[in-house]
Amino acid sequence: MTYIAKPKFHHPGLKKNELGYTHRDYEGKISTLCAGCGHDSITASIIEACYELSIEPHRVAKISGIGCSSKTPDYFLGNSHGFNSVHGRMPSVLTGANLANRDLIYLGVSGDGDSASIGFGQFAHSIRRGVNMTYIVENNGVYGLTKGQFSATADRGSKSKKGVTNTDNAIDLVAIALQLGATFVARSFSGDKAQLVPLIAAAIRHKGASFIDVISPCIAFNNHAGSTKSFDYVREHNDAVNRLDVLVGRDPISVDYAPGSVQVVEQHDGSKIALRKLDADYDPHDRLGAMTFLQKHSAKGQIVTGLLYVDPDAEDLHEHLNTVETPLNRLEADDLCPGSAVLDKINASLR
Amino acid sequence: MSDKKPISSVNDFVVRFANVNGSGSASANELFARAILRHGVPVSPRNIFPSNIQGLPTWYEVRVTEAGHLGARGGVDMMVAMNPQTWDKDIAGIEQGGYLFYDSTKPMPSTKFRDDITVIGVPLTAITNSTYTDPRQRQLFKNIIYLGALCALLDMDPKVIEQLIGEQYKGKEKLLSSNVHALHLGRDWALQNLKCPIGLRVKKADKVGDRIFIEGNSAAALGAVYGGATVCAWYPITPSSSVAEAFTSHCKKYRHDPATGKARYAIVQGEDELASIGIVIGASWNGARAFTATSGPGISLMTEFIGLSYFAEIPAVIMNIQRAGPSTGMPTRTQQCDIIACAYASHGDTKHVLLFPEDPAEAFEFAAAAFDLAERLQTTIFLMLDLDIGMNHRLCRPLKWDDARQYDRGKVMTTEMLDEGRDFGRYLDVDGDGIPYRTYPGTHPTKGSYFTRGTSRDRYARYSEEGTVYADNMQRLVRKFETAQDLVPRPLQANAERPTKYGVIYFGSTAPAMDEAIGLLEARGHQLDRLRIRAFPFHSSVASFLAEHDFVYVVEQNRDSQLRQLIVNENGIDPVRLVPIVHYDGSPITARFIAKAIGDHQDHLKVTPLRKAVS
Repeated sequence: MTYIAKPKFHHPGLKKNELGYTHRDYEGKISTLCAGCGHDSITASIIEACYELSIEPHRVAKISGIGCSSKTPDYFLGNSHGFNSVHGRMPSVLTGANLANRDLIYLGVSGDGDSASIGFGQFAHSIRRGVNMTYIVENNGVYGLTKGQFSATADRGSKSKKGVTNTDNAIDLVAIALQLGATFVARSFSGDKAQLVPLIAAAIRHKGASFIDVISPCIAFNNHAGSTKSFDYVREHNDAVNRLDVLVGRDPISVDYAPGSVQVVEQHDGSKIALRKLDADYDPHDRLGAMTFLQKHSAKGQIVTGLLYVDPDAEDLHEHLNTVETPLNRLEADDLCPGSAVLDKINASLR
Repeated sequence: MSDKKPISSVNDFVVRFANVNGSGSASANELFARAILRHGVPVSPRNIFPSNIQGLPTWYEVRVTEAGHLGARGGVDMMVAMNPQTWDKDIAGIEQGGYLFYDSTKPMPSTKFRDDITVIGVPLTAITNSTYTDPRQRQLFKNIIYLGALCALLDMDPKVIEQLIGEQYKGKEKLLSSNVHALHLGRDWALQNLKCPIGLRVKKADKVGDRIFIEGNSAAALGAVYGGATVCAWYPITPSSSVAEAFTSHCKKYRHDPATGKARYAIVQGEDELASIGIVIGASWNGARAFTATSGPGISLMTEFIGLSYFAEIPAVIMNIQRAGPSTGMPTRTQQCDIIACAYASHGDTKHVLLFPEDPAEAFEFAAAAFDLAERLQTTIFLMLDLDIGMNHRLCRPLKWDDARQYDRGKVMTTEMLDEGRDFGRYLDVDGDGIPYRTYPGTHPTKGSYFTRGTSRDRYARYSEEGTVYADNMQRLVRKFETAQDLVPRPLQANAERPTKYGVIYFGSTAPAMDEAIGLLEARGHQLDRLRIRAFPFHSSVASFLAEHDFVYVVEQNRDSQLRQLIVNENGIDPVRLVPIVHYDGSPITARFIAKAIGDHQDHLKVTPLRKAVS
């Protein structure tokens, strides 16, 4: 969160997407996070994903809670409306915003303190309601803004910067999201842009509750030996089950990783996810299998990344509520008010 | 029998039913009230019930009042004592010369009665047992049988009740006929075995007019429908749950797209109050009209978000159906005890708009107006009801709506306005009224976007911790609150017949009891000018009223005289000139109570020269 304006000049030859926007059109203000913070890499991935999808920046609503991660919406999509709500309560604000206008894209950005502690309930309930959103947790296992306390996603036995050992069990938000019925569940690493960008793109295209847990090392307070959320630890223990491309009726997005077996998942809106399977046995349509797979790898200290579960035919909250296609915020008195004649009848029935 | 004469009164008495929660008596008791209303005689019924599903005592009181006094009166002229658990207390509550109606199937010792009341025994259990074999039927029809007996005792027209039963069970012939049969069982037994009618009688009159009979919560919910609310997020809590339930019911009837059958509304039962207000704020931020309904403990949970609504200037409507606090307090008893909590909800310097409807008709009007105010002022608006209005049927004027009325969406900068080159600063006071323009998300590709936050920012919504910038913003919020004074419903003043230096201020559900108390006070020789406050911030006429009177009584239903505190705080007045008249046992305030409290104080003022207040 900053008031230092980013210079507006840019190279005239910048590549443009289908709508004629350049990368710069998806950027925000200058980040005030620590140099090397994983969150800035996630910001860059969001920018990249939105650019690649040719999203109109102003049609995105970016909503967050409080904390380092929740500051990041200021750093991308500068022409979008942002909302820095209160600690842990991003999901309810996003749910309300989504109810008011189903036509926008909703990006919820949260942190592990935000979502796994004070906002654990709101995280859970927004997922179970199937709010059409992309819910990204920038997970560093530590409270950065208050300088180094463990968060609820810190692994048991991991160490703080001061050498204190965490004795509490960790909350695995991905496991919880699967349990709660999220229809798009992924985990990634802020340092693996090749995996993260298409995951974000696919989540945005997904109609329903999309959840991405992004391990995002805190350079200041959780990037040391003994931490299981450090750059080194995650790189060493990252076990990716797949990588993907997102196809939205245009040229396929270029990829730079080795091809494996490919599985194409067609989503509700016609977009396609091309899954390059790295684990030949992994089935992203099997919710129970995903949960078991996660638990087994977690016990071995491995961090499973990739698209872990997707239901391409998901429904969202608006479908559950059977709301009209016109955004509710566009309805006026003529659409909403039953009028005096009806009121006269109501009065007559109350005598 | 005593030497006291039995009470004799036509169309002016109080009947109280003492029942056991879960016994199915509620519908029979309500039928009794409606039947009197259909006789053209006003009634003012009240539920008095425990925080419990089954087994504990419950009462239903019907004030029959041809004069149209809609406040609680106090005292009971006839007790229908159907609950052995509360027998002694129920008997003790009967006025001298009053009547006791009870189930005489089992003989009771004479010590269980009073000798200054008329005892009327009807063997209800024996009658039901000889007629019905099914246990549930026995329980339910016993209620209708006592209604039939009361019909004879009070000289009511059975056809009126039959008609009501017919309306209730339209299309369900079996239920209709069996209920009518039970009604006549009781009536016939009473006519054959008792002296009918007694001193209390219902005589047909024409005193109801076109008034309607509705609960405040239902009226408020209807106000939300007419006011254009499209998003409702709520969490169940007594006594507010029926607001959301009624809103749901009204929306199902009136809010579907005729072409597609799809809903023009979204209702979410939140996981808690925090989520409910969060959803309201998110929806309002995005341009929908949204509200939640709750009670005191819910307000406590919502306060952080309420502060955000105030500071980030996001519309929100909260319907607070007050109950006795603090903490869990008495969840099913009425009070007006959240005034301070709502007026200054959240940390830091905050002030919120409160609306105080006096009855369901105003609850409807103010609920609809709350959405205009929320969008006009871009802040939280509290509709302050209480259990007494919210959960009781109240006779009130018909609800009215002007079809020409359009919603006031407040200062919203559109794409066209932005394209014209209008300077958009989210917190820029363009018009000097403290109210800035806002844009809805998604309005314009390159203009009008801003970042909403609870942290300090400048007029262009840019984060700033500069002291002067923060103070500038806070001062503008004060200006906005001053603007609100002229937008909210004004107080209503009624002067005494003769000039007086005494006044009384009251608000909300206290109004009908206060209106009646004025008559009682006049009969004692006390003249008072009245001011019914209908909103906070206070209109300038409140200060004028205070200035024009030496002493002003402030009548309210809480311990600490919270409205008085607010008046003192906001007007800088010497507190001694404001005399608190408080009632806070959880029952609705009565005219008798007000008249006695004010009358006694007035008498004291007359006999003892009161030294002018020293501050």
